[in-house]
Amino acid sequence: MAETAPADFVQPDSFAFDAESQAEIAKTIAKYPPGKQASAVLPLLWIAQRQMGRQTDSAWVPTKAMDEIARVLDIAPIRVYEVATFYLMFNTAPVGKFHLQLCTTTPCWLRGSDQVVAACREATGLKGWKENSPDGLFTMTEVECLGACVNAPILQVNDDFYEDMDAEKTKALIEALRRGEIPKPGSMAGRQTSAPEGGPITLTTLSFEKAQ
Amino acid sequence: MLSDQDRIFTNLYGVHDWRLAGARARGDWDGTKEIIARGRDAIIEEMKASGLRGRGGAGFPTGMKWSFMPKEIGARPHYLVVNADESEPGTCKDRDILRHDPHKLVEGCLLASFAMGAHACYIYVRGEFTNEAKHLQHAIDEAYAAGLIGKNASGSGWDFDCYVHRGAGAYICGEETALIESLEGKKGMPRLKPPFPAAVGLYGCPTTVNNVESIAVAPTILRRGAAWFSALGRPKNAGTKLFCISGHVNKPCNVEEELGIPLKELIEKYAGGVRGGWDNLLAVIPGGASVPLLPKATCDTILMDFDSLREVRSGLGTAAVIVMDKSTDVIRAIARLSAFYKHESCGQCTPCREGTGWMMRVMNRMVQGRAEPDEIDTLEQVTRQVEGHTICALGDAAAWPIQGLIRHFRPVMLERIEQYKSRGATRMAAE
Repeated sequence: MAETAPADFVQPDSFAFDAESQAEIAKTIAKYPPGKQASAVLPLLWIAQRQMGRQTDSAWVPTKAMDEIARVLDIAPIRVYEVATFYLMFNTAPVGKFHLQLCTTTPCWLRGSDQVVAACREATGLKGWKENSPDGLFTMTEVECLGACVNAPILQVNDDFYEDMDAEKTKALIEALRRGEIPKPGSMAGRQTSAPEGGPITLTTLSFEKAQ
Repeated sequence: MLSDQDRIFTNLYGVHDWRLAGARARGDWDGTKEIIARGRDAIIEEMKASGLRGRGGAGFPTGMKWSFMPKEIGARPHYLVVNADESEPGTCKDRDILRHDPHKLVEGCLLASFAMGAHACYIYVRGEFTNEAKHLQHAIDEAYAAGLIGKNASGSGWDFDCYVHRGAGAYICGEETALIESLEGKKGMPRLKPPFPAAVGLYGCPTTVNNVESIAVAPTILRRGAAWFSALGRPKNAGTKLFCISGHVNKPCNVEEELGIPLKELIEKYAGGVRGGWDNLLAVIPGGASVPLLPKATCDTILMDFDSLREVRSGLGTAAVIVMDKSTDVIRAIARLSAFYKHESCGQCTPCREGTGWMMRVMNRMVQGRAEPDEIDTLEQVTRQVEGHTICALGDAAAWPIQGLIRHFRPVMLERIEQYKSRGATRMAAE
C-alpha cells in the first residue's frame, strides 16, 4: 500500500469480494429488473470501496475490483472504469484511514472554510490535496457543496458530517481521530440539527404522542 | 407567520422519532388506502388543484407533470424516480426530509406511483448522504414489514416496490436525464430532450422524476385537500416551502414557511438577522447557487416566490438563501461558484465544457483585478454564448451568477481592476 502521493501507489494483484460483500451484492442486484443488472455498477463500486476500507483501512477501488465488478455484472470492464473515474467519491487510489473531505464552496467559504482547511493542514501536516499522511491516517480532499449549508462549514470524515466547524474544533477533531476516538458527528456547536442556534423557534406548539 | 398547524414537516429538526411509530403519531400513513381508492385521475386532479409547483428548482406544476404519463400501462412498465441528489450549493432541505421525515417521502412515493401507474420507484440519494440513506432504507424496510408498501400496498390492491439507489458525488446527476443515466449504471451525462422521460425514461420506459420535497408534501396535500394548500402562499405560488438560510446570518437554519414571505422577514424572524444588522447586508443569492444574486436594495422588499423573484431577473430555485454581508468579497464569492460549475460540468457539450473553465479563469483574474475594463463585457458575452447552447441547464446555471454579478456589481469589478492597475500592472493577454 502506498503511503504518500497517489502517483506511486501499487495496485493489488487480485481482488475478491468477501462474504459480507457477496451478501450485499445479491440484495443489490435484485433491486433492478432482469437484464438491467448494469444499474448495480455504482452500488457495487461502493461495496468494493467499503470492503477495502474494512480490510486495509483505506477505502478505495483497485482496478482488479473494477474487473471483478464487470465479471459479476457481465459487462465490459471499460463500463466500470468510466463510471469509477467519473464519480468523485470513488477513490481510484489509496486514501488515509480517515478521509477528510472539506467543503469550500461558497456557503461554507462564507462561514470560514478557509480557516478549517488551514487548521486541517496544520493538524495533519498534509500540504496538498489528495496527499496521504505517512502514517496512513489522513487524506484531505477538497469537495464541492455537501448539502448541509445551514450547518457550514462542514468537514466530512469518511461517511460522517462534522458541522458548524471552526479552526479550534477542526484541530480537536483531528487530534481525537489520531487517538483512535471517533467523536459523535453532527453539529460541533451543539445545535439541534438544522434548527437555529438556541433551539427551534417553529414547531414548538405541537405535541405528539410519545412513540414506542 | 405560518402556524405550526399548517406546517407539513413537523419533524424538520429531528426532535421527534423519525421511525414508523413516530411518523404515525404525526399523521403519516393515515388513510392511505382511502386516498388510493379515489383513483388515479382524482389524485392527479387534486394535485393540480393544489397549485403545487415542483420543489427542485424549476417550479413546474407537479400535478401537470404527473398527468403527462401515459394513461394506459402498455408493455413497458412505468417508473417514478425521486431526485434526492440534493447538491445545489446552499440547499440542504431534502437532507432533513430523508433523515427526519422519511415516511412522508415513502408514503408520497406510493401515492405518486399509483397516480402514474408505476409499480416501482427508485429514490436516487446523493452519495455523501450515507447516514440519511440509512434512515430512508430503514423507513422503507419498516413500511414493507407493516404491509404499507410491497404487494397490495396498504391494502389498496396496488403492488408497489420502493428502492434506494445511491449516487457517488456528481452534481450533474441532479439533472433528471443525467440521473436516469446514472441509475442505469452510466456516467451522469444528460440526454437530449425530446423524447421526455414521460415517454422514454428509465430503461426506455415512461418515467417521472420528482424532487424529494414535491413527493413528500403530496400525502399531506391529499389528506388535507387542495383548498387548504392553495390557500397558503400567493396566487400561482401556492403552499409552504422549506427554506435554507445560510451564510452571514446570526443563526443559519432551515425553516418551513409560506411562499411569498418577504425575504427580510424570513432572515430576521428565523435566522436571527444579518450579521451586523440589516444595513450590513451586501447581497443575497435567493435560490441556490445557480440563480443571480440580489443587491440589498432589492432584498429590502422582495417576496420569496417563483414569480416575484423572476420579475427581478433571479429565481426561487431551491429556496436556498445565501446571505452575504458587507465584509464579503462578492467577486470571490461568485468566482468560487464558477469553480464549482467548472468542476461539475460533465464535459459532454463544448460550450459548457470549455466555457465553464474559461469563465472560471477569467473570474479568478477578476478577483485579483488582473484584467481590462472591457473584459467585463467580453465575460458577459461569453456567458450568453454558453447559456441556452447546451443539452442541460448546467451551462445556464454557470452563466447566471456571473451575469448577476456584472449586472449589480460592475462598479466593484471596475474598482478592483483600477486598484490592480494602480499597483503598476500591465495588460494581460486575454485567455
